[in-house]
Amino acid sequence: MQEVYLDNSATTPLYQEVIDYMSSVQAKFYGNPSSLHRKGIEAEKEINFARGELSRVIGVNPGEIIFTSGGTESNNLAIRGTAYRHHRRGKHLITTPLEHPSALNSFRQLAQEGYEISYLDIDEKGNVDLNKLEDLLGPETTLVSVAHVNNEIGTIQDISQIGKIIKNKAPQALFHVDAVQSLGKVEIKAPENNIDLLSVSAHKIHGPKGTGALYVKEGTLLQPLFYGGDQEKDLRPGTENTAGIAGFGKAVSIYFKHKQTYVENMSELKKLLFNSLQNYQELYINGPSPEQGVPHILNLLFPHIKGEILLHSLEDKGIYISSGSACHSRRPEPSHVLASLGLDATQADNSLRFSFSSLNTREEVDYAAQKVVECIEELKHFMK
Amino acid sequence: MKLLLIRYGELALKGKNRKYFEEALMRNIRKMLHDLPVEVKKLYGRLFVYLHDEEYYQEAINRLQGIFGLVSISPAESSPLDFEDIKQKAVEVLQDSIDPPFTFKVEARRSNKQFPLQSPEINQQLGGHILNNFSQCKVDVHNPDITLKVEIREQEAYLFYRSYPGEGGLPVGISGKALLLLSGGIDSPIAGWMGLKRGLEVEALHFHSFPFTSERSKEKAIELAQVLTRYHPQVTLHIAGFTEIQKAIHSNCPKQMGVTIMRRMMFRVADRLCRAKNCKALITGESLGQVASQTLESIQTISATTDLPVFRPLIGLDKQEIISYAQKIGTYPISIQPYEDCCTVFVPRHPAIRPKAFHAEEVEQNLDIPTLLNNCVENIETITLQARQ
Repeated sequence: MQEVYLDNSATTPLYQEVIDYMSSVQAKFYGNPSSLHRKGIEAEKEINFARGELSRVIGVNPGEIIFTSGGTESNNLAIRGTAYRHHRRGKHLITTPLEHPSALNSFRQLAQEGYEISYLDIDEKGNVDLNKLEDLLGPETTLVSVAHVNNEIGTIQDISQIGKIIKNKAPQALFHVDAVQSLGKVEIKAPENNIDLLSVSAHKIHGPKGTGALYVKEGTLLQPLFYGGDQEKDLRPGTENTAGIAGFGKAVSIYFKHKQTYVENMSELKKLLFNSLQNYQELYINGPSPEQGVPHILNLLFPHIKGEILLHSLEDKGIYISSGSACHSRRPEPSHVLASLGLDATQADNSLRFSFSSLNTREEVDYAAQKVVECIEELKHFMK
Repeated sequence: MKLLLIRYGELALKGKNRKYFEEALMRNIRKMLHDLPVEVKKLYGRLFVYLHDEEYYQEAINRLQGIFGLVSISPAESSPLDFEDIKQKAVEVLQDSIDPPFTFKVEARRSNKQFPLQSPEINQQLGGHILNNFSQCKVDVHNPDITLKVEIREQEAYLFYRSYPGEGGLPVGISGKALLLLSGGIDSPIAGWMGLKRGLEVEALHFHSFPFTSERSKEKAIELAQVLTRYHPQVTLHIAGFTEIQKAIHSNCPKQMGVTIMRRMMFRVADRLCRAKNCKALITGESLGQVASQTLESIQTISATTDLPVFRPLIGLDKQEIISYAQKIGTYPISIQPYEDCCTVFVPRHPAIRPKAFHAEEVEQNLDIPTLLNNCVENIETITLQARQ
């Protein structure tokens, strides 16, 4: 059976080269990167290679990259690390309702601890309303945290504009960008946008799970989440995950070599899928139009079709997609992102996310589009 | 020597069948402990598990607590039938118990009447010996911290001071074999557990309606069946694809009869499987009135599709009582995982509450029942779950 993986916002398959590279690192460079002898130095070199690759693509210095266990930890370190470190200056934080659960729940926790959290408004396409941002920023504000690209609907936020507003109105506030979904999909250079903190994750660009990074601008003070040795500038102690970090570095090198082609390719596949389905089916887009959104995410609403059942029908044809958001699919509640766009529970239930990667092809998308149409035709019968 | 002394209750009442029951119990115990260094023996109407390695003491007790037919399990020491040996053993046993000072009493039972001392004499003399050895301890016959029990049997004496309760019930297998309709919910695993408890060997049948239910809901049924292996070390689970049947019902029968016809088809599949697997009854987790379709009329209409006896052991329980069982047995956290099971998708808003058999039969004229059943039964996937040890 043909296998078409279209759930790349949840995670991407690893490049074979990354797997090979990691297993050779795992086998050869087993030394503790902190050790003084040759074995340690070899391992440290692998980490420095990855630090170099990553810093290059986001336009920062290698010394400003802190490796973590993934996007969730990076977001926690950025948000809670800022709130705790700067609480004497103020306890006001600003974010949006479209954040990933790792950010949202960090803010919820802080709210319970007495911090004041302001949420920016969003429109029906998921764009953050920036007018309110200026009013909300004050001397007490220590952090503004915004996801560059929403993982469910693919809306791109105007990071550069947000950076400017913060700089003008409250220069003391740190600016954190969750770039987990945007790395490699939308250009993002930290220094040009007044970004102080930026979260990324390896497994969204064909690297391994369990490895991520946080860019921390030189001179930015954070409270660490863990205490231990002095690895990663004391911000992320613990013996480094050498193979994971090296795999991240390798994935960045491979991906960014052909980034432009990949982005165009994904964007085309997305339009292709949308156009093919639009000809046959009644459907609506959740979030931005295919031209405006991120190149790799397409969230569609098929009225009267239960998304989860369509998902399983497609699974039976070898096509893998997502309903709601991957992190949510173990809970029956509708996704908070779709709800904040104004969708009711049934509409959220009827929504599915298709997400692409550099490895998908036209043939795959043609096959998927054909099967989606077939499955809906069949399922229509059984839905009231 | 360390051993576990096993008491079994209801069996003793069963007259001439007693031997048969004891053998079944021995067999179940041996199966459950097969990978441990133990020996299971029956001596003069008692069961003993001898342990060759003390490390597995607790593990063996834990596993024995899942075997139906046991009333209690006591970790004991054996001693030769010499009173001096018994005295010495008593001191050893108490040394391993709780830290002194404690209060105690001795309770002897002399079923071997050849033994020179009578029970009250044993109590007295052994008590005295213990007092001499544990100077801070006292005798308290009403509310002692420790009751040292001494059983004087034909070949040996056994000393013990604690007992673990068993599950009760009857040894699995002695009542024959039944087929459990296992959904992913809270009720059906408990019904299966109760069948096992009454000595039935239980095979399970789960209906899977992919893509209307996810692969995870099938995994859930497997996990639930796995829990039952704690009570019977090998559980057979049959998984029947039910999608074609559901589609046929949905396309050909009135909506409000959908649930009734679906249950009737499930019973038909189960009936077929029962005959093939030599099961003599069905077990379901139904109880009265919990949902609209569990009315007496509905139960009657559904049961009309099979001649086999249908056991509904939960019929006398409230939901809360069922939940308590599920928590005790460990199925509750699995059952409440939110994956849809096949009932939820095809359930109409207003199901017929009091469906009649003749009406169901009329509606079923539109279905090609023999073909649907053949296809379903032929494609049943069977897996055997072993106790995780």
